[in-house]
Amino acid sequence: MIDRAFTGKALPKSILTIEAGRLNFFARAIGETNPIYLDEAAAKAAGHSSLPAPPTFIFAVELDAGAMARALVEMGVRLNRVLHGEQSFTYHAPVYAGDTITVETRIGDIYDKRGGALEFIELNSSATNQHGKPVADIRAVVVVRN
Amino acid sequence: MSAPDSGVAYGDAVTIGDRLPPLALAPLSRTTCALFAGSSGDHNPIHIDSDAAKAAGLPDVIGHGMLSMAMLGRLLTNWAPQAALRGFGVRFQDTTQIGDAVTCSGEVVERFVIDGEVRVKIAIAAIDAAGSTKTAGEAIVALP
Repeated sequence: MIDRAFTGKALPKSILTIEAGRLNFFARAIGETNPIYLDEAAAKAAGHSSLPAPPTFIFAVELDAGAMARALVEMGVRLNRVLHGEQSFTYHAPVYAGDTITVETRIGDIYDKRGGALEFIELNSSATNQHGKPVADIRAVVVVRN
Repeated sequence: MSAPDSGVAYGDAVTIGDRLPPLALAPLSRTTCALFAGSSGDHNPIHIDSDAAKAAGLPDVIGHGMLSMAMLGRLLTNWAPQAALRGFGVRFQDTTQIGDAVTCSGEVVERFVIDGEVRVKIAIAAIDAAGSTKTAGEAIVALP
């Protein structure tokens, strides 16, 4: 069982400068066809300052930094027993290529179901850009199959 | 009013019960899983290495939950400009296996005013050809 004392713990900050090439790669990987996500000239012609990050892309900030995986390991979780249960974003401002995004995460509730066969870890994050402006609040629920 | 199969346009007088134009995806391939792993930063081997997937008790690699959510994101940004998207949340209900052909759909379920803007809640789902719901949730979109 995961020590419930991890609730409230802050993870180290994750910081990622978002490159246009990475956004183009992500957009192609998800089959995006809208040129504003693929072509900087098309994005600018549509009034954007650069390529926009698609709605779920900022999840990459923490994945690249490995903060969540390290926290799970520290909690004694085997990563191949982990499933993604829920994910949500609340948006405050757009994210563009060239932005540097900082994600700060706190571990929320930890609870179990089916007599401990499944444990759930809630992770609450805030994402801000290089101007200190909040861009999104992020909530994830990770499921551990024991 | 649009035909029911083509869905309602964002600029129309959107009302409860309206459906977004659905997004039908090609059957999930290992290539898509690999490219999504690389571009999303999720390198968990259960999505890219069949041996690792089998060692974890799976029949083969599976699609990332976040790939499914990204596809639902495409459904939404195909419909409305991303700047109108206020919130977006899902539950991952079932794994997407190689070959699963998923269609993303959305239906307007609420219309309300908050912070001086008209918003709609859209129930969204990614469902395979056998009718199994992989991912479902809701999005909040501001209307023009």
